[in-house]
Amino acid sequence: MFWTVTLSLIEGFLATIKLFLLTLLFALPLGLVICQGSMSRIHIIRVPLKFLIWVIRGTPLMLQLLIIYYGPGIFLGINIWGSSGNGRFTAALIAFVINYACYFSEIYRGGIQSIPYGQYEAAQVLGMTRGQIFFKVILLQLIKRIVPPISNEVITLVKDTSLARVIAVYEIIWNGQTFIKSSGIIWPLFYTGAFYLLFSGLLTLLFNYIEERLSYFK
Amino acid sequence: MPILEVNNIKKKFENTEILKGISFSMEEGQTISIIGSSGSGKTTLLRCLNLLERADEGIITVRGEKIFDAADELDSPEILREKRLHFGMVFQQFNLFPQYTALGNVTLAPGLLNDGRSMAEIEKMGKELLDQMGLSDRMNNYPHQLSGGQQQRVAIARALAMKPDILCFDEPTSALDPELTGEVLRVIRELANKHMTMIIVTHEMAFARDVADEVIFMDEGIILEKGPAKEVITNPKQERTKRFLQRMNS
Repeated sequence: MFWTVTLSLIEGFLATIKLFLLTLLFALPLGLVICQGSMSRIHIIRVPLKFLIWVIRGTPLMLQLLIIYYGPGIFLGINIWGSSGNGRFTAALIAFVINYACYFSEIYRGGIQSIPYGQYEAAQVLGMTRGQIFFKVILLQLIKRIVPPISNEVITLVKDTSLARVIAVYEIIWNGQTFIKSSGIIWPLFYTGAFYLLFSGLLTLLFNYIEERLSYFK
Repeated sequence: MPILEVNNIKKKFENTEILKGISFSMEEGQTISIIGSSGSGKTTLLRCLNLLERADEGIITVRGEKIFDAADELDSPEILREKRLHFGMVFQQFNLFPQYTALGNVTLAPGLLNDGRSMAEIEKMGKELLDQMGLSDRMNNYPHQLSGGQQQRVAIARALAMKPDILCFDEPTSALDPELTGEVLRVIRELANKHMTMIIVTHEMAFARDVADEVIFMDEGIILEKGPAKEVITNPKQERTKRFLQRMNS
């Protein structure tokens, strides 16, 4: 029984990791775009993005999942997600990407604004181009500043993926829960915690390593 | 021909007029100190020269070439960059790049310039400059491992590496502990002896008197007094200059 459960949970956890990795893949760069836009001097770019960030950060992720999955069918009368598991997974992925991109954008913004203006000016008087200033002077300082808050969000994301089960994405919690009905046992559900712990432990080590690698300057 | 001519520079922020028409000129190899109380426009003047701020009115000419005219259209970023390179700037807060070593700070910008110099030549020049600053044993240290005085000397080497026509200093010792100002003033004095053309905004009156050829006293956005350094500092003509110098000495 233990192996049956473990195999089933591993299968669910692969879906969890897939959602996790794809969310990061899209949300990290999208966050940078939203960040740039939210700091734009152009009113019609900045204001809607600020509004979006406010809505996304101000409402539960679970609600956002439900709205993105059921919203198009209810309000537009079209079921864009189809009826397959893939459609539900895509809907969940889009909700996670938008949600995390908004959080990341605020982390980027804080990072960019915390870089002393003197760094830009020193680079300017040395004749550097805007691109050189960003890539050669600012970027590494920015990464150093945002690694701790980003690692927090990333570890939160590992656990937030479990919310996808509200639209029936078969991730690890879903698989653990099925054993309650099918076999009348609850321990597989609790057992899922070990997978989360192991994975977030590995991520913690990874982020500690990155922080360590960036500790040579202040 | 003067190396620098500044003609009627005016600059407003919001509704406050910071510079109300500044004109002066200097010869190659000269050192000019700008003194005056805070808020008199000294730093703003340096920033206008370095084109970090755009003056509202006026003309700046370097070696007869007009590098700024407020009446002209905005320059493209490339032209602006080229023009900026006439000036070097040493900031009050050093503004070293923390992720580069002392040598890295000095060689970064020349390496990006693509002016035909090889990286080996640039490294060699960087090492010579740091050696000249008395930092030959600190080349591979990062800024946070250096004292304020050492950091400021790296910043001076970094500015010199771009071979500016005119090197500007914005209160180069104001952020330093008193016991560290000497080492920075010493290297600036050496540069003056080598006839580097320099404009130094400073509160160190004795230093201005001994090192500068000329002193400009600024007050409320105008040049109130300009003349040979010893004369202005030991025997000022204007009442306001006298009062300022008395305050500085007391």
